[in-house]
Amino acid sequence: MSDSKTDSKTDIVIQNLLKRAAPGRGEFEDLVIVPLFAIAAALVLGALTMLATSVDPATIARSYLALLQGSVGSLNAISETLTAATPLILAGLGLALGFRAGLFNIGAEGQILMGGMAAVITGFSFPELPFYLLLPLCLLSGALTGAFYAGIAGWLRAATGAHEVISTIMLNLIAYRLIDYMLRLPFVQRSGRADPISKSIPDHAELPRLLEWIDPNLRVHAGVFLALAAVFFVYWLLFKTKLGFEFRASGASPDAARFAGIRSGMTIVLAMASAGALAGLAGSVQVLGVLDRVTPGFSAGIGFDAIAVALLGRSHPFGVLLAGLLFGGLEAGGRQMQVDAGVSIDLIGIIQALIIVFIAAPMLVRAIFPWGFRKPATVQGK
Amino acid sequence: MIALAVLVALVFGAGSEGSAVFRLSRPTDALVLPDLSVPAAQFNLIVAGILAFLGARQFLRGGMRWSSLSLGIGLALVVVTFLVWATAGKAFSLTGMLQATMVRAVPIALGALAGVLCERVAVVNIAIEGMLLAGAFAGALVGSILGGVTGLAAAVAVGGLFGFVLAALVVTYRMDQIIAGVVINLFVLGFTSYVSSQVFQEYRSLNNAPVFRAIKIPILGDIPVIGPMLFYQNIFVYGALIMVAVATYYLFYTRTGLRARAVGEHPRAADTLGIDVYRTRYINVTLGGMVAGFGGAWFTLGSVGRFDENMTGGRGYIGLAAMIFGRWHPVGALMAALVFGFADSLQQKLALLQTPIPSEFLAMAPYIATIVVVAGFIGRARAPAADGQPYTKE
Repeated sequence: MSDSKTDSKTDIVIQNLLKRAAPGRGEFEDLVIVPLFAIAAALVLGALTMLATSVDPATIARSYLALLQGSVGSLNAISETLTAATPLILAGLGLALGFRAGLFNIGAEGQILMGGMAAVITGFSFPELPFYLLLPLCLLSGALTGAFYAGIAGWLRAATGAHEVISTIMLNLIAYRLIDYMLRLPFVQRSGRADPISKSIPDHAELPRLLEWIDPNLRVHAGVFLALAAVFFVYWLLFKTKLGFEFRASGASPDAARFAGIRSGMTIVLAMASAGALAGLAGSVQVLGVLDRVTPGFSAGIGFDAIAVALLGRSHPFGVLLAGLLFGGLEAGGRQMQVDAGVSIDLIGIIQALIIVFIAAPMLVRAIFPWGFRKPATVQGK
Repeated sequence: MIALAVLVALVFGAGSEGSAVFRLSRPTDALVLPDLSVPAAQFNLIVAGILAFLGARQFLRGGMRWSSLSLGIGLALVVVTFLVWATAGKAFSLTGMLQATMVRAVPIALGALAGVLCERVAVVNIAIEGMLLAGAFAGALVGSILGGVTGLAAAVAVGGLFGFVLAALVVTYRMDQIIAGVVINLFVLGFTSYVSSQVFQEYRSLNNAPVFRAIKIPILGDIPVIGPMLFYQNIFVYGALIMVAVATYYLFYTRTGLRARAVGEHPRAADTLGIDVYRTRYINVTLGGMVAGFGGAWFTLGSVGRFDENMTGGRGYIGLAAMIFGRWHPVGALMAALVFGFADSLQQKLALLQTPIPSEFLAMAPYIATIVVVAGFIGRARAPAADGQPYTKE
């Protein structure tokens, strides 16, 4: 934190001296070069991991080629990337919002589950509604349920001081069981099935697929626009509204915010609820756009990947958008890699973790690649 | 404000417990132990009376002093009455359940202990989950090749390695502690899953480790109920108990421990007094990692001898909760872990008893209880003052 602050300070000085309109070099390094080096270093280390597990070099080359092809190499690949990125971006935005308000919400997974469940129940409960009413209603119910579920943790934090990390972890675990239970209720469970699986939503409640006219297998759906809109909405909320200022102020310095007259309790609950709404929306989008129904654990770790996405995007909406696309691409490419080169998709997890390490610890990247960076002009406190 | 909130939580807690127990009473007899049969209705009515008394006293006094004690007693009594009610008219092996409680509490307790060691020097350890998983993986892999004891040593070493990595990331590279923890979790999950699907699938002999058997301690192991629970277990249970004792002694009764806690409370002051803050953090976090690695080996060497993807299944996060629940104290962490272990085994046993409550709700109960307790206790529990803050030497 202190590093980036000193950097931007010196940058202001440099900018003033050189009368440059473009962002300073230090900022450029932080925003562009560090991530590029991070990705490169992660890929190299990923290759070393493969080498260590006796994968021969030709296969490694083939698997990275497949990774590239599977993420951006064809129309289908791009469609898959976008499909995987959509819920990541939505949930990541929610988490970023929480981080900005100083709340570490681990509960996106539970909020996604509850949101998706609510969207599906709404979907099959009102099949007679026309799609222009039903679809928004499904999304709304998903978002509201997510908001409510996260709001519990926010309220507990505000009213009793219960740490949100603990309560959201517990709420995740509760959500798994609750979904298991609900999927066996007669009005949710698909008739004639013994396993926990919900009824499908009617066709007109689905998010329309965008490229069905080219190839019915292209899965990218209208949720992409929703995610994109959410990026701009969160940007506007965080940086252009009073509420967003209150979020950021209480995140940066709770005491100062309180003395400035910001009601910290209300801010916490609202921040948590908005984060939950976005996560709930992510769950709804996944259900309405891809899955059509709910099964136990349909969230498939999106809520945890979204933590990484939010961190990688430095809790900035546009950063989250890029990070979500990157992770979506790795996800889609990883599947291709598994098929083409026979390298397990779990390698992607390693690469993702390494990318975050290198981005979150710029000092580490600078230590590994000393030639890539100018020497810091002033470093405070050694 | 906080005191008021705590009070409200307590009064609500104690009050609702009282009425709930009244409803639970059933006019049937119970057989709890072979020679201990409890008349369910009378017993539960009496307990309900006690609970109502506790609740009423709490309400009238409004004092803080007894709150956690009466809440604890209240919760324990509710669990007892629940058990009596559920087993009414049936037989139920209490001993077996207590034994299972102990076994299931082990990884949670060790995870929580790892958390205590790290957070006492003000390093938040979200990476407990990853360290457990790494320990489980290393235990299975090395144990398969070189035998159980070497496997256990490898698990401890690998846990310590990740502790060291965490320390390096947050102390030397001043990375955000929570991010560093999340990253370690991601990395370990990715790496172990990758190796298990890439290598273990082909070479199954690499994933077939010997399992440590239970060792019966003579004489003590023959005591009814307590014997099988405490003195007829495998080395992980003994190890966990010993480590909790050693950690308590270390943190609260030695000079090094005092210094470590000083680093957690006020690193600047500790530094001024000549304590090497960085080194203390490195050592303690590495130790914490080793404890977690040992706990991780429980999953493979202590139970099935085989590594499966993500086999820790969130136990590390529950350990984190147990640490806070146990107020950053090793013994408290063990107690909290026992509560979780108890709930875990209770749920399994109750599934056999066919209670009218859906098993999913029983499975949720410990988590709901955690939230209630964390919400109710927080006024009294306090994290080390410098928890989570990086320290820059001047």
